[in-house]
Amino acid sequence: MILKVVMTVIQLENVSKKYRTANGELIAVKDVNLSVENGEIFGIIGYSGAGKSTLIRLLNGLEQPTSGKVIVNSQEISSIKGSALRNARQKISMIFQHFNLLWSRTVEENISFPLEIAGVSKSERQKKVLELVELVGLKGREKAYPSQLSGGQKQRVGIARALANSPEVLLCDEATSALDPETTDSILDLLVDINEKLGLTVVLITHEMHVIRKICHRVAVMEAGQVVENGDVLQVFQSPQANVTKRFVSQITDTNERKESIGQIIKNYPSGTLVKLLFVGSSTGQPVISHLSRELNLDVNIVHGNISQTKSGPYGTLIVQLDGNKDNVQKAVAYMNEHGVKTEVIENAE
Amino acid sequence: MLNDLFPNVDWEKMWEATQETLYMTGVATVFTFVIGLALGILLFLTSPQQLWANKLVSWLTGSIVNIFRSIPFIILVILLIPFTKLLLGSIRGPNAALPALIIGAAPFYARMVLIALKEIDKGVIEAARSMGAKTSTIIGKVLIPESLPALVSGITVTAIALVGYTAMAGVIGAGGLGTLAFLDGFQRSQSDVTFVATILILVVVFVIQFIGDFITTKIDKR
Ligand SMILES: Nc1ncnc2c1ncn2[C@@H]1O[C@H](COP(=O)(O)OP(=O)(O)OP(=O)(O)O)[C@@H](O)[C@H]1O
Ligand SMILES: [Mg+2]
Repeated sequence: MILKVVMTVIQLENVSKKYRTANGELIAVKDVNLSVENGEIFGIIGYSGAGKSTLIRLLNGLEQPTSGKVIVNSQEISSIKGSALRNARQKISMIFQHFNLLWSRTVEENISFPLEIAGVSKSERQKKVLELVELVGLKGREKAYPSQLSGGQKQRVGIARALANSPEVLLCDEATSALDPETTDSILDLLVDINEKLGLTVVLITHEMHVIRKICHRVAVMEAGQVVENGDVLQVFQSPQANVTKRFVSQITDTNERKESIGQIIKNYPSGTLVKLLFVGSSTGQPVISHLSRELNLDVNIVHGNISQTKSGPYGTLIVQLDGNKDNVQKAVAYMNEHGVKTEVIENAE
Repeated sequence: MLNDLFPNVDWEKMWEATQETLYMTGVATVFTFVIGLALGILLFLTSPQQLWANKLVSWLTGSIVNIFRSIPFIILVILLIPFTKLLLGSIRGPNAALPALIIGAAPFYARMVLIALKEIDKGVIEAARSMGAKTSTIIGKVLIPESLPALVSGITVTAIALVGYTAMAGVIGAGGLGTLAFLDGFQRSQSDVTFVATILILVVVFVIQFIGDFITTKIDKR
């Protein structure tokens, strides 16, 4: 038996951050409790101004909390200073929305920068840079300046640079928000790749549910400085509690369904039984649908679908029209329930 | 041929004056660069939200820079006569002009350095901090390299201003082309001397501008 040891890498205890502004006190982060486990990809989602950046900056001490404790790699980041903090930061890397590369340095010099800070010898640096350039797929562009690279390539440099000192944690502040959808996907793939290959813990903030859906294991939803909901991505998708979460979830699911009302579907498919299937990952490895038609001799007509892939399997809804023997329709529903697909009979014709 | 065109010009003297101008400009530029850069960095780092954010130091440095920047150069030269005497034992010759030149130009350049540093993307400094960089590393490996084109074009402008200042410093007998144009040219009504001195000053200015522009474009990889 494999025993999976779960270790907490990041722990936030009652963390608050207040800013003094001209209009009085502003609470950017309010009483947040969170823990991130070793090797997971943890997403934080929220609308603009929710306090995501402030929260992530607390994790590497770029900001100090007004109250509460921030513990990363079993070090209390919120209480260390000077060289202890600087050394800790070398193991908590960060990538940025606008890449923040030094334009005066080439790709390899940019990647080498954190190694220079860490006092690594020149020959070691060259070796490491070569490895990293390869890892992020930038071979051949080592001598290019950032101005000669595309956004996606710049972020690859950012990632390589962030990995240079073999960090334990990678913080991503809207790392894909400045990229087009395709490039976003390739960068997300790279992050997953790194997460799996290096066992690195990734904390990622975004305002796009798509990003959470695609690569995160767990997610925290932020609103007005508070974490209003947090848990496994699928769980949060399946039964969103807070209103913000519901809005985010609807970003990637039943958006079409609302427009095209169920009533319309019923009108268009007057015969058989209309069943709404809710896929929530894990179980749907098996070809459930084909089983229905093959074994139960039903006509299965897909009427409406909205399935997206998450880290732990497909998630979404499918509305099907089942035509055939009534008993078999019953059996079909039972079969699907057994296989972890939630069902909801919308309309029984006849 | 040249002697027919410019009968009053003593070429030997003219060459000597050119050298003096170049000497004063060169030495003053080097010191101005160093002092102005240091002051500019101090101004930048002590400004609000920066690494050494400090209202008092920022205000003090800013005030000193502004005061010296506002004093007309010719007045500054006169004000500094006792100081120069104390420092060099004399108020004649190219070296005597240096204190005034440097004190006049460094605050001017410090302002330009501040503007150049403010142009740096805040995110880049933050990235360096997130990697665990010390402030000295940030100064040496981020602030200066990232603002270098602006620093170079700033020192070019300053050096050109210094050429003008050296001419004015002629009133305290600093030497150089300015003094020559004033004493030999203007006061003795030898307009050919003034003319040649002017041409030479223009050549110096153009050469400085050319070198500055060349370096600026060469190092700008943005
Ligand atoms: N240095 C600061 N001084 C004062 N207020 C600040 C500061 N930094 C952030 N804030 C305020 O804190 C709140 C949260 O900001 P934050 O940048 O964390 O939001 P965010 O969720 O990252 O938003 P976005 O998606 O736009 O990046 C905002 O109201 C912001 O104005
Ligand atoms: Mg933000």
